[in-house]
Parts: sequence; structure tokens; C-alpha cells
Amino acid sequence: MSSRHRKPESPEVIFAALGDRIRLNLVSRLSGGGPMSITALASGENVTRQAVTKHLRVMEAAGLVRGRRHGRERIWQLEARRLEDARKYLKEISHQWDNALARLQAYVERPER
Amino acid sequence: MTDTIRKEILLRASRGRVWRALSDSAEFGHWFGMKFESPFTAGATVRGTIQPTTVDPDVGKAQESHRGIAFELFIERIEPQRLFAFRWHPGAVEPGIDYSKEPTTLVTFELADAAEGVLLTVTESGFDSIPLERRARAFSANEQGWGMMVKVIARYVEQTS
Repeated sequence: MSSRHRKPESPEVIFAALGDRIRLNLVSRLSGGGPMSITALASGENVTRQAVTKHLRVMEAAGLVRGRRHGRERIWQLEARRLEDARKYLKEISHQWDNALARLQAYVERPER
Repeated sequence: MTDTIRKEILLRASRGRVWRALSDSAEFGHWFGMKFESPFTAGATVRGTIQPTTVDPDVGKAQESHRGIAFELFIERIEPQRLFAFRWHPGAVEPGIDYSKEPTTLVTFELADAAEGVLLTVTESGFDSIPLERRARAFSANEQGWGMMVKVIARYVEQTS
């Protein structure tokens, strides 16, 4: 693991960073098409390069993507580890359902007072 | 299904007991961690506040940070001993936000007889119509955020594995 990694962000930050249609679309395109430049990410989409840059910065701050200088451009790629974290939190949500039902179970199965 | 969460659990209790724990607003609140102002009746809007559960002390402790936050259940259907359904704004616990114009999800509890008790099936549906931003924020804001299965994100995340 590179020491460049900052302290892991909270799930709130990760999900907030993903909670936007344009950003989800960027994640989708990066996951399907590998590392890409901003020009490539903006092409064929109804967004400006400035908007793409802005959204990438938000996701970079959450540790979801990483940009590397390549000649005159920055090439952006997904940080798979952070997305794995996000996936874990989705599991956690399902787990909360399980928790609620476990409480119901404890409640109805114990002897009535 | 990208829109629905579905859970099943076998409860070793009588059907009447399970039904009461779901349909009586005081009992529901007791295990879930809410306090309601009125009974559940079909068509009613029932106001409640988060009141940490005592059924599971750890969960109760986690709910403390949301104690007193108000929200509403819109009771859709009550079929005694069989089905209880309500709508709500999933994760609607952020103070100062008007959720009233936003779409709701439908939570349904269905009871069926099983060999050793009652098979309870819970579904929560309608997530596809909840704004993405709300789903993300609701997730972080709502300890009870069952619903925040951000399927759209899951879809994208899965593509990377």
C-alpha cells in the first residue's frame, strides 16, 4: 500500500461523493473503460470538461478516484479499494435490516410479562 | 430487482403475538426504536419520534444520537393477522429538510404460518425513485437506514470486481 493514501474517509464522505448522477456515470465509465483523461470522460457526454474536473475532484477527496499526470493531461482511474469499502457499507445496510428483525424476534419470542 | 429489499425470518411465536408486535404502534415502537403518537390505522398518518430501543442495548445506544427526531408513517394497508404496510421517507432524519414532496418507499410485513411459528417476509420497495443524493445522505444520517441499498451504486461497484 502506498503511503500516499490518506486516512480512510468516513462512509458519509464516500456515499456523498457517489450521490450524484454525473459522478456515478463517471464511475461507470472509468470502471468500464479503464484510466481515462478528462477530455475522454467529457466526450460524448452532456457535460463540460470543467464540470467533469469538478466532479473528479470531489471523488478524489473521498478517495474514490486518483489522477496521475501523464504528459500535459491528468489520467484518472478508480481506486478499487475505496469502492470495495462502499460495497461493504451496502452490505452493512442490509445487515441493519437483519438487526431490526432480530430485535423483533427477541421481542416476540421472549415470554410475555 | 434493483428497487426492493426483501427479508424473511422465522419467528417462534404465535401468529397473534407477531401480529400485535407489528400492528400495535406501541409494540412496534418498542422493538424498532420509535415512539408513536397514535395507533396504526389504515389511511392514517402516524407521527413518531426516535426513541432508542431497549430490546438490544447496543442498537439502543447507537440510536441515541437520533433520539427525538420526528418522522411520519403513512399507513397503507392493515389486513389483520396477515399484512401490514406503510410508506415512509427512508432516512428522513435530517433536521431542517422538508421531505414531504419526496417519493416514499413502501414497507410491507407479511405473515404466513410455518411449521414452528410464523414466517415473516419484509419488503421495502421504491428505492429507484428516491433521489440519489438523498439516498447517499440518508445512509449516513439514518442508523435505521435499511433502505439505503443504493442499488445504482451497487450496480456500478459490481462492474469493478
